[in-house]
Amino acid sequence: MMQRTMNMTNSDLETTGRTSDPMSEVTSFRGLETRSVHAWFGKHHALAGVSLRFPERTVTGLIGPSGCGKSTFIRLLNRMHEFIPSAAMAGSVLLNGSDIYDPSEDPAMIRLKVGMVFQKPNPFPAMSIRENVLAGIKLAHLKRDNHDDIVEQCLTRAGLWKEVKDRLDASGGSLSGGQQQRLCIARSLAVEPQVLLMDEPCSALDPGSTLRIEETIKELAEKITVIIVTHNMQQASRVSDFCAFFLTDGGPGYLVEADSTRKMFTNPSDPRTADYVQGKFG
Amino acid sequence: MTTVETPAPREMTVIYSRADRVFRGIVTAGALTSLILLGLIASFLVYRSSGIFREFGLKFITGTEWFSDSFREVGDEARPDSSVFSIGPMIVGSVVVATIAMLIAVPLSIGGALYIEFYAPRSIYRVLVAMLDLAAAIPSLIFGLWGIEIFTAFGVRWATFLNDRLGFLPIFSVEFENFGRSPFVAGCVLASLVVPITTSVAREVYSRTPRDLIDTCYALGGSKWGAIRSVVMPYGRSGVIAGAMLGLGRALGETVAIYLMLNLVFKYSYQILDSTGGNVASMIALKFGEATDREISALIAAGLVLFIITLIVNMVASNIVQRTTPRS
Amino acid sequence: MSTVVQSPDQSKVEPQRPWAVKRVVRATNGLRLAVFAVIAAGITLVTPLANADGWALAFLLVNLAWTLATAARLGAKERRDAIVRVVVSSLAFLAFVPWLSIFVSTALKGYKGLYPGYLFNDMRITSYDDELTFGGVGHAVVGSLIMVAIATILTLPLGILSGIYLTEIRGRLTFLVRFIVQSMAGVPSVVAGLFIFATVVQSMGRYSGLAGGVALAVLMLPTVSRTAEEVLKLVPDDLRSAGYALGARQWRTALMVVLPTVRAGLTTAAILGVARVIGETAPLLLTSLNTNGFVWNPIGGTLGSLPTYIFAMFMYGSEYSVARAWSGSIVLLALVLFFFLLARRLGGRNERRTRVGVGKAASTSAGTK
Repeated sequence: MMQRTMNMTNSDLETTGRTSDPMSEVTSFRGLETRSVHAWFGKHHALAGVSLRFPERTVTGLIGPSGCGKSTFIRLLNRMHEFIPSAAMAGSVLLNGSDIYDPSEDPAMIRLKVGMVFQKPNPFPAMSIRENVLAGIKLAHLKRDNHDDIVEQCLTRAGLWKEVKDRLDASGGSLSGGQQQRLCIARSLAVEPQVLLMDEPCSALDPGSTLRIEETIKELAEKITVIIVTHNMQQASRVSDFCAFFLTDGGPGYLVEADSTRKMFTNPSDPRTADYVQGKFG
Repeated sequence: MTTVETPAPREMTVIYSRADRVFRGIVTAGALTSLILLGLIASFLVYRSSGIFREFGLKFITGTEWFSDSFREVGDEARPDSSVFSIGPMIVGSVVVATIAMLIAVPLSIGGALYIEFYAPRSIYRVLVAMLDLAAAIPSLIFGLWGIEIFTAFGVRWATFLNDRLGFLPIFSVEFENFGRSPFVAGCVLASLVVPITTSVAREVYSRTPRDLIDTCYALGGSKWGAIRSVVMPYGRSGVIAGAMLGLGRALGETVAIYLMLNLVFKYSYQILDSTGGNVASMIALKFGEATDREISALIAAGLVLFIITLIVNMVASNIVQRTTPRS
Repeated sequence: MSTVVQSPDQSKVEPQRPWAVKRVVRATNGLRLAVFAVIAAGITLVTPLANADGWALAFLLVNLAWTLATAARLGAKERRDAIVRVVVSSLAFLAFVPWLSIFVSTALKGYKGLYPGYLFNDMRITSYDDELTFGGVGHAVVGSLIMVAIATILTLPLGILSGIYLTEIRGRLTFLVRFIVQSMAGVPSVVAGLFIFATVVQSMGRYSGLAGGVALAVLMLPTVSRTAEEVLKLVPDDLRSAGYALGARQWRTALMVVLPTVRAGLTTAAILGVARVIGETAPLLLTSLNTNGFVWNPIGGTLGSLPTYIFAMFMYGSEYSVARAWSGSIVLLALVLFFFLLARRLGGRNERRTRVGVGKAASTSAGTK
């Protein structure tokens, strides 16, 4: 884990900055990349000019005080932003080099590749544990024969298999909060996403469950890219390879600093980052 | 080691001030008024109709004859009263018309509610919701008026078609080809009366589906229909059933629209295209005009039967809702 | 390499909606539906499908056929989505057509009878058969308003009290009261009328506006109670706790904190209740009957009302009387619409929470749960 982080620090966490014409630049970058992304809710400018790269098989923590646009940002990354009626955006989001906001892209296909786990655990109430895991496959009409294997594999990767293997037909609602959240993670994994977005996945959970989920996240990063919004500094320092710090000065939220987690927590370039990670505000 | 003696739990009693007690008294009395009112209605209906039930017994519900011996009241007291009261065909008629209405209304309502909530362009969403609420408040009298003056022309055409093509089925056969005042046409009008009510409830329930569950479906790459089928429909099922039951209650108790649309015929009939029919509510309104005192009692007995039927529908509805509401 | 940004991006960027349906696509869709409408019209000319209903059926079938044809080349998921979309839209179309037809046909059939004096004259010296430029509906409007006012005066306090009982006091009878309110919502209107006839009318010895008003009250009470409960339930518990924490007694908290927050909601509830009962016909046929002239006394005898006016005009059955029934329907629908808009206006002025509450209560009040 440590090894990997060290190796990637220097080469991969690049931000494109404000290029004059981002579309002209051909990129072979593998992973998720945003280029001066903005977001609006009606007239309200919520997020301004965020350019970030999320390399494959890394965990990036998005940190910053409430209302600085972190959640808005990650909802932009799998086209969930557009469900808000007055929402608008600018800039581009590239997945392995192709713009996910291109008119020819099917948003459902994008969301298959970029999955999401929400703040509150939300297993489908009318479905059993097994059905919950397989829900995505059914919803997206994916052709899979080995349903039992998928259920076992996804629950194992989410760290839940041992606890529920004897009651796969119980309702998802019968689990504890932490188990429910791991079930939601398993559900997202079943459709084999390349990127998993997590919007404060532990904010509704107790410390024990939080630790379990953090372990899960680390294991996930062996195979996929994870982007996690968190208010918990220790969590960010524990699970992430990279960190991005967002802030708002009353206007739109923006990216202040992005770097390897170690640097962000020990020797950040911007004094505001230092103040925030040391808990002086926010 | 000393064992700590567990202290006995202390009683916590709330002592309300005098002003609070007065307040609570007034509020409770107010709340009990509706209780008393319903009790009064029920016991009154029972009291006034008990004579009828004692005289005709179960025959009142199964019999097919309604004859009021009104001449006896005007001075022929010596002659025994030969009135016969029974409402069997009217009960069946109520059920037949209401069933036709619900069979048409439920799919339309679900479609309408899903359309407004998930498919309609956002620009007309608010207009549609307002129109729906307004449509639910259109008086049934106007539905009756529209039914007989406008809709009958269409309904007769549909009925003729059904009779032509499916007339070999007993239910679509007729004795006389007079489709205008058939339970089928009345049922269609009743359906259009029920649709706004049921749609309104269904839309409301659908709109309360937790947004994060729907978002999850999309985040898993599901289509709109996927989200609706796996989250919205199961979540809203109990509400939609409740809405349908509410509509059924309305359809069973509808008076004026049926009064205007149907000929009251005291004959059991399952032929929905035949011009025989009627329901309990419209019979009450129709017979009320020239009713003798005894006939009023019989009408009250009919009202009691109708009241019990709608009460059962209501209770079944709330039972279903309680059993099928998803817990989360 | 790492990023450090000093201040937010100040460059001028225009908001975009890459996900929005392009105007060209929308125009094409509209055009396609128009073409289908024409094709459907053509079909009505050459096949047995005729008239408005035949046209509508042809239109829906053409639309469905087109969707099936184009969906064939989509993937399984998209195909199903497209088919469901067209089925849902078709069902919705069929669901909405009757109300549209009602609004339009009422306007078309009734406008002839509307002349400036229609709202202010009565039918005392006008025969039902007279030309439409005589007589009017003024007496019926007055009668309806009197009875609705009686119903409101009776139900509003009772409804609010039972709402407070269910949300603030939550006494032992909570379950029973809720059950009873729900059962009352299922009382058929004609049964309510029969009950009032056999009690109020028979004991007073005459039909009256009072009896009509009480009958309407029986029908209105469950609506108002339930809406009041729904609205009160939306008051956050924090607000009550805050009241108690300030040392206020329960009654003061209820009256000074809870009720004022939902004043607009309760007003809206009452007005919506009025809009719902003003068109009730059956109970009035059994309690207040009809009159041809202005009556202001609610206990003196029969009192006309809009529904019974329309009913009588229609049952009379002559050309002009039926036209009067339709004109009366315009006035009745206008009254319902007026109360609706009034409720919306009052509800809209309030803060968002309550407005949401009223909307919710308004549509569930009729009897869910």
